[in-house]
Amino acid sequence: MSEWIEACAADDIDAEDVMRFDHGGRTFAIYRSPDDKYYATDGLCTHEKIHLADGLVMDNIIECPKHNGRFDYRTGAAKGAPVCVDLKTYPVKVEGGKVMIDIG
Amino acid sequence: MVIIGAGMAGARAVVNLRASGWQGAITLIGEETLLPYDRPPLSKSMITDEAEPAPVWLLQDSVVASLDARVITGNRAVAIDRLVKAVELEDGERISYDKLLLATGAAPRRLTVTGGELVYTLRNYGDGDHLRNRLRASASAAIIGGGFIGLEVAASARKLGCRVALIEAQPRILMRGVPEDVASVIHARHAEAGVSLHVGTGLSAVETGGVVLADGRKIEAEIVIAGIGAAPEVALATQAGLDIDNGIACDATLRTSDPDIYAAGDCCSFPHDLFGGKRIRLESWRNASDQANVATENMLGGTKTYTAVPWFWSDQYDLSLQIAGLPGDAVSTVRRTVSDSAVLIFHLDGSGRLVAASGVGQGNAVARDIKLSEMLIGKRAAPDAASLADPGVSLKKLLQAASA
Repeated sequence: MSEWIEACAADDIDAEDVMRFDHGGRTFAIYRSPDDKYYATDGLCTHEKIHLADGLVMDNIIECPKHNGRFDYRTGAAKGAPVCVDLKTYPVKVEGGKVMIDIG
Repeated sequence: MVIIGAGMAGARAVVNLRASGWQGAITLIGEETLLPYDRPPLSKSMITDEAEPAPVWLLQDSVVASLDARVITGNRAVAIDRLVKAVELEDGERISYDKLLLATGAAPRRLTVTGGELVYTLRNYGDGDHLRNRLRASASAAIIGGGFIGLEVAASARKLGCRVALIEAQPRILMRGVPEDVASVIHARHAEAGVSLHVGTGLSAVETGGVVLADGRKIEAEIVIAGIGAAPEVALATQAGLDIDNGIACDATLRTSDPDIYAAGDCCSFPHDLFGGKRIRLESWRNASDQANVATENMLGGTKTYTAVPWFWSDQYDLSLQIAGLPGDAVSTVRRTVSDSAVLIFHLDGSGRLVAASGVGQGNAVARDIKLSEMLIGKRAAPDAASLADPGVSLKKLLQAASA
């Protein structure tokens, strides 16, 4: 079931960057890619529950700040050791300058 | 393919041999009775977690089975016969190798003062378990050594409510490889947490019930723990006649003086191209993992050199410290104050090249900037000091400029 919520303003995030968003006891990471598209994933690394929003975004990859696990944030795909479990992703849309994500 | 040592490097080597296409036999030999597990939690959550601890596995049974590897635990390699290319185990078994990887790690240095045998050290899971149980039963602890292990254990002991004294012979904590600006943040955090820090103070003896300092003062402690560094485990390599030079001496491809034997992790030294080919030895989680990847590729016929920028982290209380590069190679530093509680120090050599960056902050506040610094160091960049000092200048921009 869809449950669209407002995560942040579109210009809260720089291009090729990430921001943490907490809602209802859950934590998410919202990304803006170099080509200005927005994406959302679970906020914690699947390896040791580290907040990914403290990590570095390069192109379409987010790197965990602790153990350098890498994910393609567009698909959630884990890109090799030490991470082997993919990140969950969420649908995103931008409406009226707001980034909305579907956490349903 | 045979690997001696079942720590991070050994475990990683098993995985990467298969990932790189090796279809023959893989044997991993470990002294401990456990399958490979992650060591960073031993000084932290393993001590502080209320729940009974359990190892964080690097290779579980199911993974070992799916990789079709043989993992020998609770047994020790006692000799390497290089003529017939075989490893001899304590129980008499001989295992032949085409290529051998030594991932024997390092062992904690022991205190040489009177009573040194009463002291706990921390390296493996058994040590961690003893330390956890003993710390939980103690009201006071004395920690000898203001390096990473000592400081992490101090933070964990405070979390348990122990009265903690930390004794460091050098004029300040973290003398080796951490700049004063960063060490002072860590020192202040420990003092705030109630650790009593004695720096510039030698130790004269350990007694039942406490320690005696060089100046004659006595500090009561129900448990004494030493974190005074580690020495590479080279006994097997030495006996096999391999070259030793601050660890098992390797070339840049991590090959030892025997072309069929490689080494990775805490036990080996190697020349690093980024630092003028200087021979270094690194004791860190990521180095162990990265070196295992390079060594195993080369065991399968590759010619890859190890060029990764050294990187290290330490967590204490709510603070995390990270270092990339080799601060010891610098002649000057530039400070960037990121926030009230986060600071970055950039280390430059005589030509202005960035050779290291160190930082401390709450949580992972400095992680991203250290990662970007690591990439700048890898590119041999020489960003101007004013840009480095200005928190308004994004390191990503400096990286793009360096890549242009």
